[in-house]
Amino acid sequence: MNTITILLLTFILSVTGLFVFIWSLRKNLFDDNPAAANVIFTEGEIGKVEEPAATQAQYSALQHAVDASHTPVRNPELEARMTAELADRVLADGSTKYVTFVFLSCAVVWLIFASTAGLISSIKLHQPDFLTGYAWLTFGRIRTVHLNAVAYGWAPMAAFGIAIWTLPRLLKTELMGGRFALLGAMLWNAALIAGLGSIAAGFNDGLEWLEIPWQIDILFVVGGALIGLPLVFTLQNRKVEHLYVSIWYMGAALFWFPVLFLVGNLPGVHFGVEGATMNWWFGHNVLGLFYTPVALASVYYFLPKIIGRPIQSYNLSLLGFWALAFFYGQVGGHHLVGGPIPSWLVTLSIVQSMMMIVPVLAFSVNQHLTMRHHFKTLIYSPTLRFIVLGGMMYTLSSVQGSFEALRSINTVTHFTHFTVAHAHLGLYGFFSLVMFGAIYFVMPRVMSWEWPYPKLIALHFWLVVLGFGIYFVGLSIGGWLQGVAMLDASLPFMESVRVTIPYLESRTVGGALMTLGHVVFAIHFVCMALRYGHKRVGPALFHRRSTAAGVMAAEG
Amino acid sequence: MESEYKLLGGAMVTLALATATLVVVPYLQLSDVQPSDGLKPYTSAQLRGRHQYIENGCVYCHTQQPRAQSQAPDFKRGWGRAPVAGDYYYDSPHLLGTMRTGPDLLNIGARQPSVDWNLGHLYQPRAYTPGSIMPAYPYMFEVKDKAEEGDKVVNLPPGYAPVGQVVVARPEALDLVEYLLALDRTYPVKPPPVDAR
Repeated sequence: MNTITILLLTFILSVTGLFVFIWSLRKNLFDDNPAAANVIFTEGEIGKVEEPAATQAQYSALQHAVDASHTPVRNPELEARMTAELADRVLADGSTKYVTFVFLSCAVVWLIFASTAGLISSIKLHQPDFLTGYAWLTFGRIRTVHLNAVAYGWAPMAAFGIAIWTLPRLLKTELMGGRFALLGAMLWNAALIAGLGSIAAGFNDGLEWLEIPWQIDILFVVGGALIGLPLVFTLQNRKVEHLYVSIWYMGAALFWFPVLFLVGNLPGVHFGVEGATMNWWFGHNVLGLFYTPVALASVYYFLPKIIGRPIQSYNLSLLGFWALAFFYGQVGGHHLVGGPIPSWLVTLSIVQSMMMIVPVLAFSVNQHLTMRHHFKTLIYSPTLRFIVLGGMMYTLSSVQGSFEALRSINTVTHFTHFTVAHAHLGLYGFFSLVMFGAIYFVMPRVMSWEWPYPKLIALHFWLVVLGFGIYFVGLSIGGWLQGVAMLDASLPFMESVRVTIPYLESRTVGGALMTLGHVVFAIHFVCMALRYGHKRVGPALFHRRSTAAGVMAAEG
Repeated sequence: MESEYKLLGGAMVTLALATATLVVVPYLQLSDVQPSDGLKPYTSAQLRGRHQYIENGCVYCHTQQPRAQSQAPDFKRGWGRAPVAGDYYYDSPHLLGTMRTGPDLLNIGARQPSVDWNLGHLYQPRAYTPGSIMPAYPYMFEVKDKAEEGDKVVNLPPGYAPVGQVVVARPEALDLVEYLLALDRTYPVKPPPVDAR
């Protein structure tokens, strides 16, 4: 087959596919189903804020900020019906408590571990003789331990924990078979410990993002399947007609990931440069088809819940979903621009990278329009700050990624720290911030306890935002200068190393602040689990916080 | 949308499409690539060295894919011509790499063919390249009072050798250097056809 045929064929296929789906969904897309965006609210709940992480004062101010632009409808009869409807949610929340707690606790442990490994790697890049005595601490290994602890520890544990908590709520039903998920979590963590141990000891499959030996991967596959089972059961026993957009993202992600992982780890199949194309198909899709959809699903759920207002355009969110599904899967090849692989493949990936602007804009416009007139709520809601900022970072990182794929820009940024900064913008600025926000929202429900020291939430926020700002800006500038120096043949190669040193040092400073923020977060998490702090107003409330009677009614 | 089957069906179709374009078609297209003329299979010592390269994560700082002259001055830096798929025939897993914290290594064997230089550089990169941020690999070496029979003593620049002692390369360092010296794709190849096949 010749190149142009393949290129045309795939392009026509994907565009046709997109139209077929838009057509098949037309009823929902154009006949409009405005009710669909409301399914996450109970009757009369729109206009009422939900923010379990806020203090009493923040909560009232938050409600006031929302009331300023919308007048909530209230009458005693309605309030009574609302309370009754909330019973389903209380049931859903109750069924996920234990499982979610286990997953989120593992996530926090891996976050601390991964940050420490990342910080050590960062120091090593400007202090190359730091801790060189031990093989397992050498840069090539500890950096890889960092990546794998994030990619298979913090990120999926947080994602699974949030998905397991959110889906029963969205489906208005109890979690079915949570024990499978617990067993799955045990296997998964055992696999991860074994995997990180082997990397540190030098047993390594040798592919980026796929370093863990394939023998251990079998455990991940079994563990992952066990974690997925309860979600499938719950989906089958749902009590809602309509599947809210968050379910699409989470549901699809939970099915995409195992396929990616399985194909990527098939032993003895991939060879030579073909291995490289598969490698980046996996490496990019694990970000785009697993972490991204789960974080987007969280934004689509938590953001409207907190400000008590449905998302602006439900139809736009559907377009965003299918466009992401169609385009993201094929962008991985841009990691090999200029490499010894078929050029049609790189071209295809660049085209699809640019097409990614469609779903990104769909999401960004939607988020912005939903937040419009409500930005004041950011002052009062600790959760919302993480989630809205995270959502903005999605826009930024995706648009940056699209342009980075272009040959002209890629020529400079390829092979430099610029790419590292970009990767962190996506996985940290977007995914991790959204997960922090989601965890702050979820934990009070899980523990029936408020965050003991609200100031620590603010401290966590500012530490990671400041730290990440230094990290990202510094490394992007350093990476760009490195790329420019490398393209100037009159300069010796060492010049491209020399120019990056101050920026690598600034990365360490930023990374240290981020790590410190994570320590604050972890300490707060532990305090909450141990139920420290003053008991302020009892367990986090559902929709009324003003009277003790309301508390009792809402908590049933 | 009301049907989870439509959702999952659609999701799987899109993934299948992505897998076809980025995994299956390249597999079919590349599976009949032949090794370039002049490329030799790795010896067992070189393969052991390749494992050292993987285990110690050299790939995270070094690429093995000089870029085309039209794109970047890699050739002018002496890193070699743009490689073709056949140059990687014996490479599994691939070690193309995505970072150039250090230079490209596809032709390091041709550029730096001295065993002594390579061993010493692994022991302490800054002894040869001031300002280098490559980690030192002291755990691949042994410091002894006196070399024994069969030991490969590393000749270090003055000031870097421990006083009154000798630095001896462990087998893993020797294997790694074997592999690095094997990295030599300077033989000529037919340039890749402009419009693929």
